[in-house]
Amino acid sequence: MNSEREAVIRVRDLVTHYGERQILKGVSLDVHAGEIMVIMGGSGSGKSTFLRFLLGLHQPTSGSIELLGQDITQLDSQGMYELRKKMGVSFQGGALFNSMTVGENVQLPLREHTELDDATIEIMSRLKLELVNLGGFDRLMPAQLSGGMVKRAALARAIAMDPRLLFFDEPSAGLDPVVSAELDELILKLRDALNMTIVVVTHELDSAFKIADRITVLDQGDILLVGTVEEVRNSDNRRVQDLLNRRPREEVIDPDAYMARLTDTPLNEL
Amino acid sequence: MNALRGLENLGRGTVRAVEEVGYLGALLAESLYWLFVGPFRKQPVRVEAVFQQMRQVGVNAVPIVLMLAFGVGVMLAIQGIHTMKTFGAESKVVIGIALSVTREFSSLIVGILVAGRSGSAMAARIGTMVVNQEIDALRVIGINPVRYLVAPALVALLIVVPALTVLADIAALFGGAVYTSLDVGISLAAYAQDTADVLTVDDVMQGVNKAFVFAVLIALIGAANGFGATGGAEGVGKVTTRSVVMSISAIVMADMLFTFFLTR
Repeated sequence: MNSEREAVIRVRDLVTHYGERQILKGVSLDVHAGEIMVIMGGSGSGKSTFLRFLLGLHQPTSGSIELLGQDITQLDSQGMYELRKKMGVSFQGGALFNSMTVGENVQLPLREHTELDDATIEIMSRLKLELVNLGGFDRLMPAQLSGGMVKRAALARAIAMDPRLLFFDEPSAGLDPVVSAELDELILKLRDALNMTIVVVTHELDSAFKIADRITVLDQGDILLVGTVEEVRNSDNRRVQDLLNRRPREEVIDPDAYMARLTDTPLNEL
Repeated sequence: MNALRGLENLGRGTVRAVEEVGYLGALLAESLYWLFVGPFRKQPVRVEAVFQQMRQVGVNAVPIVLMLAFGVGVMLAIQGIHTMKTFGAESKVVIGIALSVTREFSSLIVGILVAGRSGSAMAARIGTMVVNQEIDALRVIGINPVRYLVAPALVALLIVVPALTVLADIAALFGGAVYTSLDVGISLAAYAQDTADVLTVDDVMQGVNKAFVFAVLIALIGAANGFGATGGAEGVGKVTTRSVVMSISAIVMADMLFTFFLTR
């Protein structure tokens, strides 16, 4: 359905390491303009790592990541600075700046990237707060907000510059089902109102199925499947079904490797 | 086997220490880059942040600096008079106080105080921001954390630590004068005259120059430890303690080297 649309995120053969350990093992993915792509996977699947690389917070071992047509693994710092104006990120814990009010948090990207006067910036920040149903909360400190409000404030900051790309890390983590559902509605509303391309990383199935246009299932650093909600639901891949049905992994244990780990001796010396 | 392991640990420790010094150097270079090149790239270091830091690090520390420096002056007077008594030359204590305060003690006491008050605060602040992903948030907004957090603190410390040192000079000399006048019976005016006679600009500048070095050490060590924080509140506590111990050690060692080369 989306294949003829332009790919605004294009990842090719992304390999990353954390120290010696390989985290992503050659991930390739396209995200099309205006779609909501949910990246799903269990703990340790590499989904949070994948997001950090999409955000340009680390340099990958190999592979390329194109955002809006620019390869961020090759981009110089000035180019990255320009590109960041078109990206918004809402982190898992909100990551609001605790020393600033909620309003100042939302204003920060505008102050950094625009030359607008104070009054305009303040109005724009209040507009964004209204959009996430936090009108009138701009003078509060982040510590005075509830968990759901923090996430919404972080979202308001993420969309302050009307970015073309919005990244959302674990929108429902730590929230009750009602607040989490509200946040899902909000993400859908934002996509429709502001026409953003949204990448959501989550392990919450309900939320993923509700908002996703397409879902990418990551497992142990590999992509298991990219498809629509229906395709994922009907997938006969065993690991996907494990994830959907909350089944514990049935991993086959290699007795030699197990012994080697227990006795802390290399396999070949055993 | 044990000797080998000891050697290995020594090697690892050395590599880590060199790495750390290298990191401090890189942090300094990056701070200077943003200070001088930032404005031309439309990413300046904010002046408001510098003033805010100056207030927190400097103005708020004035009372405690005055008190400590006064105490050091009194202490030097007591010890000086005690020592000089052996030679029956109590009145010469003025020279000893004047030189040791300006050349040594003021900058040292200010350095240690600022390291404990503000170096730790900086490590804790940056460390908390690392743990809460606020540093990541800054970076994705396009705000370089060194420009935003380290450069203003560095400038503020470079202004404030030397200023506090001069203030401490005055307070310590006053403390010495008060005690000496009570114990030996030299009037405050005579004390001031004697002090003015022996002190040269070089003496005062030696303390002030040290203060510049201490300022850099405090800023860089505080920031480097903060950026190295991992693992929640406990991690922040660890790097905060580490930054205080490291910066005080660095200050004392730098002071020793400085004194060696400037005094001989």
